[in-house]
Formats: sequence, structure tokens, C-alpha cells
Amino acid sequence: MLNFDHVSKRYADGGDALLDVSFHLRPGEIAFLTGHSGAGKSTLLKLIAVMERCSRGQVLLDGQNLNKAKDRHIPYIRRKLGLIFQDYKLLQDRTVFDNVALPLVIAGVGHQEICRRVRAAIDKVDLLGKENKYPQALSGGEQQRVGIARAVVNRPPLILADEPTGNLDPELSAEIMHLFEAFQQVGVTVLIATHDIALVERMGHRVLKLDHGRLVES
Amino acid sequence: MDRLHAYCAIHAHAFFSSLGRLLRTPFTTVMTVVVLALAIALAAGFYLLVANVQQLTAGIQNSNQISLFLKDSVSDDSGAQLAEKIKKYPTVEQVNVITKQQALAEFRQYSGFGEALDALEKNPLPTVLQVLPVSSLTDAGQLEQLVTSLDKLSAVDFAQMDMQWVKRLQSIMALAQRGVTLLSIILGSAVLFITGNTIRLELHNRRDEVVIAKLVGATDSFIQRPFLYTGFWLGFGSGVAAWLLVTVMMLILHQPMQRLSDLYGGIFDVRYLGFGETSMLWFISAVLGVCGSWIVLKYQLQQLKPE
Ligand SMILES: Nc1ncnc2c1ncn2[C@@H]1O[C@H](COP(=O)(O)OP(=O)(O)OP(=O)(O)O)[C@@H](O)[C@H]1O
Ligand SMILES: [Mg+2]
Repeated sequence: MLNFDHVSKRYADGGDALLDVSFHLRPGEIAFLTGHSGAGKSTLLKLIAVMERCSRGQVLLDGQNLNKAKDRHIPYIRRKLGLIFQDYKLLQDRTVFDNVALPLVIAGVGHQEICRRVRAAIDKVDLLGKENKYPQALSGGEQQRVGIARAVVNRPPLILADEPTGNLDPELSAEIMHLFEAFQQVGVTVLIATHDIALVERMGHRVLKLDHGRLVES
Repeated sequence: MDRLHAYCAIHAHAFFSSLGRLLRTPFTTVMTVVVLALAIALAAGFYLLVANVQQLTAGIQNSNQISLFLKDSVSDDSGAQLAEKIKKYPTVEQVNVITKQQALAEFRQYSGFGEALDALEKNPLPTVLQVLPVSSLTDAGQLEQLVTSLDKLSAVDFAQMDMQWVKRLQSIMALAQRGVTLLSIILGSAVLFITGNTIRLELHNRRDEVVIAKLVGATDSFIQRPFLYTGFWLGFGSGVAAWLLVTVMMLILHQPMQRLSDLYGGIFDVRYLGFGETSMLWFISAVLGVCGSWIVLKYQLQQLKPE
């Protein structure tokens, strides 16, 4: 599914964010990406979403070399991913429904299908009844769940989450992690970057640990 | 089928939502549209003014009248004989004789120098023959030939083509038309850049939205669609506003222009922008709006990366 082959990333105005990182994620696998702040977790996820390109090595997604992807192919690569951000990245002037529907509208899905799938996704994150609210009217945890619903509504084969529980209390964090486990159970590959070592250990899944850009545990 | 339907729905949505967005910020929109409309109206108004005056030269084109001033020694009778002779030319349609007496009477009536004329012993005015060439004779060279041949007649003092001032007017009009074209190009580029800049600001205001859309897999064409429609609405709206401006301007000018025309024997009718011209105006305005937006989007969207 996802293959990192001796990947290094050096930012133009900084040091090495990633150094010789190699690992492989099988389809349907769930893994946590941990490490200190500045270890390179976000950078690694950005390489997969082609928000950045690696300086050396190659990133393969479904056998496609992302380093060589042309700019006009990037949107289609991103449609295969469900991206979840620590700061949610919701459209503040759109309702919950419209936010979740965005990937489907972009993909040109028909109106009825959109309604059906958006309701299903909102149901999955337990937000039914809040479709017509605006993000400002929701709590941090609720906004995060809207972000998750938007990430899964298009049924992507790979979900990438960058600190999805950063702002949440332990109970809610555990709840959201269970949600990711539920997606994994239906065959989705999941990669979650997080600081929350305790939670990661309790869940007992595969852990990829970064230290100053090097992969020290996989 | 469903996808095609969805595609049309996306277009329809972008079409109307971009209009809705403009209407939700009426002040900004009105400011922009007024500036655009003034630029367009300036070009269209100048065009219409020239088109109105153009009728003058169009109406006169066929009156290639030639005046023959006969020598003072030639009597009215021999003048009439000469007229008969000239009338037989294949290139001449008609000849009118203005005798010395007629000329004097006319002069007396219009000039107000009646008493001064009475003081003169002799009528100083010559006999004049007004020669009207056949209407098929429009070529300048042929006309020139006719004038020279008439000029050579021994009884003729000199021949004058009344075309001279028409020619002058025509070259002034040609200049004015060139001016209209030039002004339209300049003001058209102004419209292009103003819409472009408006779209640039709009893009800047909505950059978060654009970045998020890119992150969930939106193509550039999806992202730029609503902005292109915004450009369309701005251009089209300005075209309509400009048309209104020009029409109101013409309504105000109608009476004085009509009076001027009447003074010259109804030489032209006051003209407004016709159906074809109006459609063209709106079409060009809309196209300029879309193009201005497109140019900006082409360069700015590439720079708007999620990072
Ligand atoms: N756009 C950038 N330009 C230059 N350097 C960058 C850029 N983004 C990240 N870096 C650097 O790369 C390194 C890794 O950053 P990254 O954001 O991947 O860390 P992280 O593991 O996600 O940290 P955190 O847990 O705080 O989010 C850091 O040293 C950071 O300073
Ligand atoms: Mg990070």
C-alpha cells in the first residue's frame, strides 16, 4: 500500500527533517507514528499527501512514485487519501454537511449519492442532528470529528491523521482512536501521528518512532 | 449520466453562487462595477457619437455636385446654351443654371448687404452652372477627370467640386474611428486589469478555502470555476451598466442633436445602440471579465500551495 524507500527530506531553509527513512505499510494495517516535537512526523505525512516532495529516496503509494507525480495528477492522488489535521481545516462559512460533502462535490458525485454518503459519514462520527450547524458552534472534539467524517466520506484506502487527538480529553481521544480501529476493520489503511505515548501503548498496534528524522523503531 | 448531471450541477452552482457572493457584498461589488462601467461607457459613448456624426458623410456621399463659375463676359443666354451642351455629356445627369440676377437676389436676401449692392453699378456675381454627375460616377479619379474637362471650357472661369469639404469630413471621421478603436483597446485592457485585480483580492480573501479544497483533491479547474464566473458577472454587469449610462447620455443629448440635424435639413437621425451593438457590448464586457480573471488565476493558483 505505502512504501518508503530510503527517504530523506531537507527543507530549503532548514536541516534534515527526515533521514534515510524506510518502512512499508500493508493494506488494511494500522500504525502510529510517534516521536518528539520536531522529529519529522508532519513532514512524513506531507510527503504522502504530496504537500512536500522528498529530497532523496522514493515514496510509493499503490506502486506510484509520488516524487515523479505531475502537478496535475496531485488532486487525484489526494482523492485516495483521507487527510485529518490537528487544526481541523474546516470551512468556517459552510455547514457541517457542506464541509463533509466537499470531497464528494469535488469528485463530481451525484446529488443523491452525496446526501446518502454524507449522512452515513456524519452518523459514523456520531454527529447526526448537527449537519446544519457551522463549525464555530461546535466544540473542539466535534470539529475534529467533522474533519474525520470529511476524510472518510470518499472511502479512501488510506487515512492519514496528524495529531487528531491533540486538543481532546483522554476519554474523547480514546473514542476517536476506536473510530480509526473501526475503519481499519473494514479494510482501510490508517497512519496516525501522535504525541500520546500512553494511548499508543494501550492500543497495542504497530509503532513507527522517529528521532531527529531517523526511524528508530518500526 | 449521473456524473454528467453532477458536472452540470457543479457549473450551475458555481454560476449562481458566485453571483450570490457578489450580491452579499453590495458595496464592494457596486464600486467595482461602477469603475468598470465608466471605462466601458466611455468607449461605447465615443463610438456612438462617432456613429451619429458618421451619418453626415454617409448622407452626402452621393452629392458630388460641381459648380462652374462662368467668366464675367459670358451672358446668361450663352450660359444656358452651355448648360444644354453639358447636359448631353454621358457622365452628367443634370445641369442647373443660376443666372446673375438669381444669384444677386439670393445674395441680397441672405447676406443683408442689399444697400451696399445697390451702390454698385454692375452686378459683380457670375453666372453659375450646377452640374450633377450621374449617380454611377462615384470614383474619385473619374470625377476629377470630369472637373478638369469642364474647367477647360473657354466660357468657364473655374470649376469647383463641392466634394472638398466632404473629403475633409471623411478624413476627420476616419481619424475619429481610429480613435475609437484605440480608446476601446486602452479601456478594454483597463477592464481586463481591474477585474484581474478584483479576482486577485477575492482569491486572497478565500485562500484558506482554496487550500482546503486543494487538500481534499480539488483540481485547479474546479477551484477556478467560481472565480471565473465572478469575473463573468462583473464583466457582464458592467456591460449592462455601461449600456444604461450610454443610453441615458443619448436621451439627454437627443433634443439638441435633433435640433442640430433639423437645422441642416434633417441630415441625420439620432441613433442609439442597436440590438446587435448592445449584444456585442455585453458579450465583449463579459469576455473581458472572464479573461482578466483567467490570467490572474493562471498565475496565482500555482503559487497557492497548501504549504
Ligand atoms: N516548511 C518548513 N521549512 C523549513 N523547515 C521545516 C518546515 N517544516 C518543518 N520544518 C522542520 O523540519 C523538522 C520536522 O518538522 P515536523 O513538523 O515534521 O515535526 P513534527 O514531528 O511534526 O513535530 P510536532 O510534533 O511539533 O508537530 C523541524 O525541525 C522543523 O523545524
Ligand atoms: Mg507536526
